[in-house]
Formats: sequence, structure tokens, C-alpha cells
Amino acid sequence: MDETIRTVLAEHGKLAVDVNAIDEHTDLFASGMTSHASVNVMLALEDAFDIEFAESMLKKSTFESIASIRAGVLEMTSS
Amino acid sequence: MRGIITERGTDVAPGVAAPTSVAQRMAAIAEAVAGPAADEVDALGRFPSETIGALQSEGLLTAMVPEDLGGLGATISELSEGLVALGRHCASSAMVVAMHHIQVACLVRHGRNDHLRAYLSETVDHQYLLASATTEVGTGGDVRSSVCAVDVAGGRFHVTKQAPVISYGSFADAVLVTSRRSADSPESDQVLVLCRPPGLRLEQVGEWNALGFRGTCSPGFVLEASGDAGAIFDDPYSEISTRTMLPVAHILWSSLWLGIATAAMDRARRFVQAEARKRPGTTPAAAMRLADTAALHQQFADLVRSSALRFEEVAEDPERASSLGFAIAMNSLKVSSSTLVVDVVRQCMVICGLAAYRLDGTFSLGRHLRDSMGASLMVNNDRIMANNAQLLLVHRGE
Repeated sequence: MDETIRTVLAEHGKLAVDVNAIDEHTDLFASGMTSHASVNVMLALEDAFDIEFAESMLKKSTFESIASIRAGVLEMTSS
Repeated sequence: MRGIITERGTDVAPGVAAPTSVAQRMAAIAEAVAGPAADEVDALGRFPSETIGALQSEGLLTAMVPEDLGGLGATISELSEGLVALGRHCASSAMVVAMHHIQVACLVRHGRNDHLRAYLSETVDHQYLLASATTEVGTGGDVRSSVCAVDVAGGRFHVTKQAPVISYGSFADAVLVTSRRSADSPESDQVLVLCRPPGLRLEQVGEWNALGFRGTCSPGFVLEASGDAGAIFDDPYSEISTRTMLPVAHILWSSLWLGIATAAMDRARRFVQAEARKRPGTTPAAAMRLADTAALHQQFADLVRSSALRFEEVAEDPERASSLGFAIAMNSLKVSSSTLVVDVVRQCMVICGLAAYRLDGTFSLGRHLRDSMGASLMVNNDRIMANNAQLLLVHRGE
């Protein structure tokens, strides 16, 4: 799963650093992801995992790190 | 002579009883001070110092600061009402006051460290006027990215910013500046920094000679500032913008634009009524258009009021204030009201005809039309709509 998340981030996150150089708790917004890019990341994650994030999860904190994204994806796939 | 309406609704002579609510006090200053100076402020493009001075003398520049922090504890709805009144008499004054209150709101809601709390207290005592430097040369008008970066060393900060516009920069006591968090930070990782004398230097670049809002005196500046690192807000700018700066700006701007539309309606109504008096029994030709425009104006007024209440409902709940639905609503508010103000003024001009088109006379709407055209440009509506288009790709409509 982390592999897929990193691929999505590499393609759509517009990070200022190499996605493989950050750990799972690195703040993605502090690493250059704009809110505009985070929407694209969200869309690509929904496609990659065939999920739809609930409205309550569509907030900055869900997408601020690889770990928080993983938790969000897990929550949607387990429901 | 008409007196001042008190809170109890009694008509009293001026000077007998002072109006009490924040909105009423702002309205009284709007009528007595801002209105008489409005044409000169516009013609000369000069700062409306008498209006700002009058507001300062009544502590109204910190109206929205909670009472336990020394302010008047006004709600955004009350301030909105006051700005409608101010915008009705002098849109430039109202824009200065609106922009100032946006900065105060950021300070109240996000300036929690000791340094910023102490500054807020000073602002209350001295009625400081606060300006803002969010746009920057090289970012293409995107306020959510910065080129400049703040340097922090030994508990002190230093920042230099090329600002294409700082409204009333030459008249402000401090400027709230957006900047990258550090020289290593990406453009989108921004902080908000309070920059004030003696560590603030502003070098003006060019003049402000614009179509409208001429009294806001908004030329470019090279800003250089240094000071205690406590002047950097703890919350990231992205959060300050989403939860406070953007919604408060859109509500307060919309309020003063409503004031411009209301002034135009005042003229149109008086014009039609004067026509009606000349020929009782015959409905003037423009009366139908006035009825149409009144409906448009009512939509506008109700939109502004409900948006202020909407903000009050979510203001203390970071989750709801950061939600997509709220962001989309606050963006839509700005686009709708900046469009409505032009529509209403334009209709009123058709109603009054040449009397509104000419630059002299009591029905002239030249200043109102010029001011209203600025609304869709300050943070361009196309940029805001592009942002909403993006948000709607994932919004669930809840």
C-alpha cells in the first residue's frame, strides 16, 4: 500500500523533494504539496484503491503524511 | 434635521444620546465624517484620515477584539453591518477599515504567543492601523505561495519582500506579511509575520492612481523587516488563511460592496420617487426596473447577512471552518457579491439615466461604478472560481 501511495505522491504531489527521501511522518504540505496538488493526490488515491473518501476525511490532516494517508485509505477499505 | 436613531428606536436630536452598538457608531461616523469627505478622497486619491481618526477615537479599530482582551467584543455580523454603512458613504474608507479588521481577526484568532498577545493589547490601547502584504512580485497573484523567506537566528527574524501592493502601507502602524517559513521551504509552506517599527522599513515603488478605491492608497513597496521571532505566528499561514483570513475578508469586503450597492439604490429610489411626485397617478417608466433592482439588492443583502452568520456558526470549530463545504461557500460569496455590486450599480445608472452618468449632481454614480469594478479584481474571480472548480471535484455536497 505504501508503495502505491508513494507512486501517487510522486505523480501528483508536486513535492519539492524526492518522495523516496521522506519518511512516513514527514509533513507533505511542508514538503511543497499545495492544497491544489492535494486534491489531485486525493483523486488519484480514490482511483488507485477504488475507494471514495468520506466528507469527514476530506481535510488537510488526512493528507499531511504518508502515515495519515495510509490510515485514511485503511479506514475506507475496511468499511 | 433628522436625529440619530437610538437602539430603542427613538428619534433623538444629535448630541442628546450617543448611538451605542458598534454598527450604529460606525454608521454615525460614516454619515457625519466619511460621507462629506468621500468625493475629495476619491478625487485626490488621498487617505481618509478623518474617518480612520474618528473610528480610532471611539476604539472602533478593535471592535472585533473580545472584551476580555480589551476590545468591544463585536461579532462579525455587527462589523459587517457597520461596513455596509461605511461603504454606503465612502467605499475607500470602508475598504481600509475592512482590510484592517481582517488583520485584527488573524491576530485575535491565531496570535496566541506572548509576543503577539502583547501586541494585540498595544493595538487596543493605541488603536493601531494594521495593513497586509500578501501579494508578491513573482508569484503571479497567487497569495498562497511566497518567494521571500523569513530568516530566524538568535531569536530574531529578518525578511525582505517585494510587494506590488500594500494598501495604506504609508499610513499603517504595522504590516502582516506572508513569507516562506525558511530559505529551504517550498513556496507553499508559508508563515505570517507581524512587521512593525522600529524594525520595519517600507520603500515605496510607484504611485497608486487607479480607477476606483482611490483612497486606499495602495502602491507597491519594498518591505524590509526584522524583530523578535515571536512576531511569527505559530499557526501555518495555510490554516490562518482557510479558517480566518479568507472567510473574514470575503464577508467584510462583501459588506462594503453591499454598501456601494445600497448607495446606488438610495439614489435610484429618490430619482424614481421624484419622478412620481411630478405626475401623481402615473407610474414612472423606471419604477419597474427599480422593483427588479430592489429584488437583486435584497438577494445581495441576505447573502451577506447569512454568510456572516455562517461564519459565526463555524468560527470556533476548526474542523467545520476547514471543511470543503465552508471554503466553497466563502469563495462563492466573494464571486457572487462582487458580481452583484456591479449589476446593482449598473441598473441604478439606467434608472437615473444621465443624472447618474454625469459626474456632478446628487444622482451621480460615477464613483460607485468605478469602485464597484474593483470588486471582481481584488483576488481575481477567475482564480477563485478555478479554486472552487478544483474543490468541487472531491466535495460530497454535505
